[in-house]
Amino acid sequence: MDSNISSILSSKSSFICELREIKKYFHGVKALDGVDFRIRPGEIHALIGENGAGKSTLVKILTGIYQPDSGDILLDGKKVSFPSAHESQLQGIAAIHQETSMFPELSVVENIFMGHPIKKSNNISLDWRAMRKKTKELLDRLGIILDPESSIKNLSVAERHLVEIVKALSLNARIVIMDEPTSALTMNEVEHLFNIIRQLKKEGKAIIFISHKLDEVFEIADSYTVLRDGHFIGSGRLEEVSMDELINMMVGRSVNQMFPKIEVELGDVVMEVRNLSKFGVFNGISFKLLKGEILGFFGLVGSGRSEVIRTIFGIDDFDSGEILLDGKSVKISDPKVAMKMGIALVPEDRQLQGLILKMKIRENITLPIIDRIAKSFFLNYPKEVEIAEEYGKQLDIKAASWEDAVQSLSGGNQQKVVLSKWLATNPRILILDEPTKGIDVGTKAAVHRFMGELAEKGISIIMISSELPEVMGMSDNIIVMHEGVITARFKRDEATSEDIIKAATGLVKVE
Amino acid sequence: MLKLLKKKDFILFLFIVFVSLIISLRYPRFLTLSNLGDIFKDTVILIIVAIGQMMVIITAGIDLSVASGIALTGMSVGLLNQHYPGIPIPLIILISMLIGGALGSFNGLLIAYAFIPPIIMTLGTMSIYRGFVFVLSGGTWVSAHEMTDGFKAISGGHVLGIPNLFIFAAIIIALFAFFLNKTKTGREIYAIGGNELGAKYVGVNVKKIKYYVYLLSGVIYGLAGLLWVSRYASAQNDTAMGFELQTVAACVIGGVSIMGGSGSVTGVILGALFLGIVYNALTVTNVSPFWRMAIAGFLILIAIIVNTIAKKRTQYMMIKRRVF
Repeated sequence: MDSNISSILSSKSSFICELREIKKYFHGVKALDGVDFRIRPGEIHALIGENGAGKSTLVKILTGIYQPDSGDILLDGKKVSFPSAHESQLQGIAAIHQETSMFPELSVVENIFMGHPIKKSNNISLDWRAMRKKTKELLDRLGIILDPESSIKNLSVAERHLVEIVKALSLNARIVIMDEPTSALTMNEVEHLFNIIRQLKKEGKAIIFISHKLDEVFEIADSYTVLRDGHFIGSGRLEEVSMDELINMMVGRSVNQMFPKIEVELGDVVMEVRNLSKFGVFNGISFKLLKGEILGFFGLVGSGRSEVIRTIFGIDDFDSGEILLDGKSVKISDPKVAMKMGIALVPEDRQLQGLILKMKIRENITLPIIDRIAKSFFLNYPKEVEIAEEYGKQLDIKAASWEDAVQSLSGGNQQKVVLSKWLATNPRILILDEPTKGIDVGTKAAVHRFMGELAEKGISIIMISSELPEVMGMSDNIIVMHEGVITARFKRDEATSEDIIKAATGLVKVE
Repeated sequence: MLKLLKKKDFILFLFIVFVSLIISLRYPRFLTLSNLGDIFKDTVILIIVAIGQMMVIITAGIDLSVASGIALTGMSVGLLNQHYPGIPIPLIILISMLIGGALGSFNGLLIAYAFIPPIIMTLGTMSIYRGFVFVLSGGTWVSAHEMTDGFKAISGGHVLGIPNLFIFAAIIIALFAFFLNKTKTGREIYAIGGNELGAKYVGVNVKKIKYYVYLLSGVIYGLAGLLWVSRYASAQNDTAMGFELQTVAACVIGGVSIMGGSGSVTGVILGALFLGIVYNALTVTNVSPFWRMAIAGFLILIAIIVNTIAKKRTQYMMIKRRVF
C-alpha cells in the first residue's frame, strides 16, 4: 500500500500523460472498461491489442474526438478534459492516422501550417517566408530530404507520414500518436521512420506507437500496454516480457468454445490456385479448396488477402499463375464470368462494395441474378418477390417489408442482405471477406451458424478475417499471409494462436 | 391516378394544386380546361426532355447539351424540310431521332469510355452543338412559310381530337416508365447511380450502360428538337436557349437526386408541370415583367424545399418502422 502511494506521488512528476479508469460505452456496448494508460516524456510506448480491442477508441479519447463516460485524463499530473479535437491539439497532442487527412493539391508547407499559419506583424497577411524557413528547419532537424514546395499528391505514402510528423512538431506536440504507421511502408521506409521516431524520443517527445507487427514493437518501443475486448490487460517494460507472453495477453481466451463449427466430411478438390502472382501485390499463391471446406485466410491489413480473392473473382487481373475449377484451367475475366462458374464474393465493405443503399431489399437481393430471372429483357417481378422472400426469411432479415430501402436497415441486417444476395446466385464457392466486421454479437453468431450449414450442404467457403478467434473457430484449414506471400498453413486442430500471429507478423516463414 | 403517385410525389402534387388555387383566386380563368390544356401543351416538350435528363442524372451524371441538341436537330430537320419538302413525315421523325442519337452518342462515348466528367463533356458539346447551328444556318432561320403544312402538323395536328403533342408525350412517358421500372437495363441504371462500385461487384457493365443513357437522352432531345421547330413553326439559332437548366430544374423539383440513384417519371412530370404552371401564371396574371424571373426562382425554391421535406419524412418513417 505504501509503495503504491509513493508510486502515485512520484508519478505526478514523471508522467507526461496519464489515463485512469477510462470507460466508454456506445449505445450500451462497452468499448472501454476501466482502461489505464501512462506515458513518460522520451518514451516510446506500444499500444497493443487485436482488432476491436479498444485501441482506436482510446486514441480518439486522447485526441478529443470522443469524450469518456467516466475516468480521468491527466497531463503533467493535472486533470484536464478535451471537449474538442482542437483543444487536445492545443495541449500538445498530435495523432498521425493510418489514412492521412491531407490536402493533396497543396504543398508540403501549406499542409504543415494548415490551421495555424504564421502571420506577418500586421496580423493579416501570411508570412510564407517564415513558414518556409520553419519547415526547412524542422525537415533538417529530423534529417528528412523533401522539397517543401512539392504537392502532397506527388509524395509517396511514406513521405506523407513524414509530413504529418513534421506537422505535429510544428504544433509543438509533446505527445505524438502513431496509428499503424508502418502498414503501408516498405522495409527501408520503415527503417527511416524508426530513425525519426528515435530522434523524436531524444527530443523528449512521448510517442504512442500502435502496431499489429510485434517484431516492430520489440525493435522500436520501450514499454507496452495491452488491451483486449476493451479491458486493460497489462503493461510494463518490453525487455521484461517475451513475444509469447505478449501474444498470450493479446489473445488470452479459449476460442474454440465460441464457434461451434459443424464437422463436415470434406469432398474432392473444387478449386485449385497455382502460383498466382501479381507484381508488387502478391506472389506464388497456391492452395486447394475442397467440397464443403471452410478455408480461413488470416493476415494483417496489407498482407494481400483481399487482393488475392478480388483476382480470383475477376475484378483485378494477375501476371502469372493458374486457376482451376474441377481440375480444368479457367479464365475468369470479370465478375459475371465468375458468377456463371458458381463463385460468389461477399465483399468487405458492405456500404461501398456490397449494397446499393438507395435500392429496395428485393432489388438488392436480385441484382446479381437479374440476368437469370429476367424474361429476356424484361424483369420478372413475381419471381423477384419470391426469391427476396426465400432468402430474406432464410437469413432472418428483420425488415417491415422487402420493399424498404436497404439504407433503412441496421448494420447487421444490411450484412444479411449482402449475404442473401450472393447466396441467391446459388454458388458452389462462396468467398467471404471479413463477414462479421462491425456487426453485433448476435448477428455474428447467426452468420457463423449459417456458414456451418452452407458447408454441410457441400458449398466450399473461403473466409478472410482479421479476427483470430473467428478464423480459428470456423476454419477447417487456415492459410496465413504476410506481405503478399503465404507464410504458414495449419490444419484446424494443429493451429495455435501464437503460431498464427507469428506467421502473420512475418516472424517465421514456414514455406 | 392518385394510386400511381407515390407518397412523396403526392405531396408535390398537393403543393401544385395549392399553388394553382391561389393563382385562380387572382385570375379565375386560370383553372379552365382550355388554359390547362395550353399549359400542358407548353410543357410537353419540357416533360419529354426532362425524362431523358432524369435518366442521365440517375446515373449520377448530367447532360447540359440538351438545349443545343434541340436547336441543332431542329435546325437540321427544318432545313431538310425547306430544301427537300418531299421527304415523308415519318422519315423526318426518324431522322430527327438519328441526329439526336448521334449527338448523344458522342457525349456517351467520351464520358463512358474516356472517363471525361459528364459536366465537362456536355458543357463542351453544349457549345459545340450550338456552334454547329450557326454553321448550318449561316446565321439565318427557317420561318413558317418555308415549312410544309405536314411538317407544321407534326406538333400542331390532332388525331381523333387529341393533339399530336399529347400523343408523343404519352408514348415517351409510357415507354420510359416501363423501361426504367420493368427492364433489366432500367434496374441497372438505378444501380449505377446508387453505387457504381457496388454495381461493378455484381457484374453490371457500367461503361455500356452509361453510354446508352447519353445515347437515349440524345434520341429524346432529337425528337424534341423536331417537335419544337414544328410547334413554333420556326427554326432559329437561339432555339431553346437556356432550356437545359429548365430540364434540370424539373428533375430536381420532381425529387430526382442530383447525386444519382433515385428519381421517378411521375416526379419529373409533376416537376415539369409545376414549372409550366408558374411560367403561365406569371404571364396571364399580369405580374410586372421585371418581377417574373425573381418570383419564378422563388417558387421553384419553395417547391424543392417542400419536396425535400417530403422525402426526409418518408425516409424517417421507414427508419422508424425498422425492426431490430
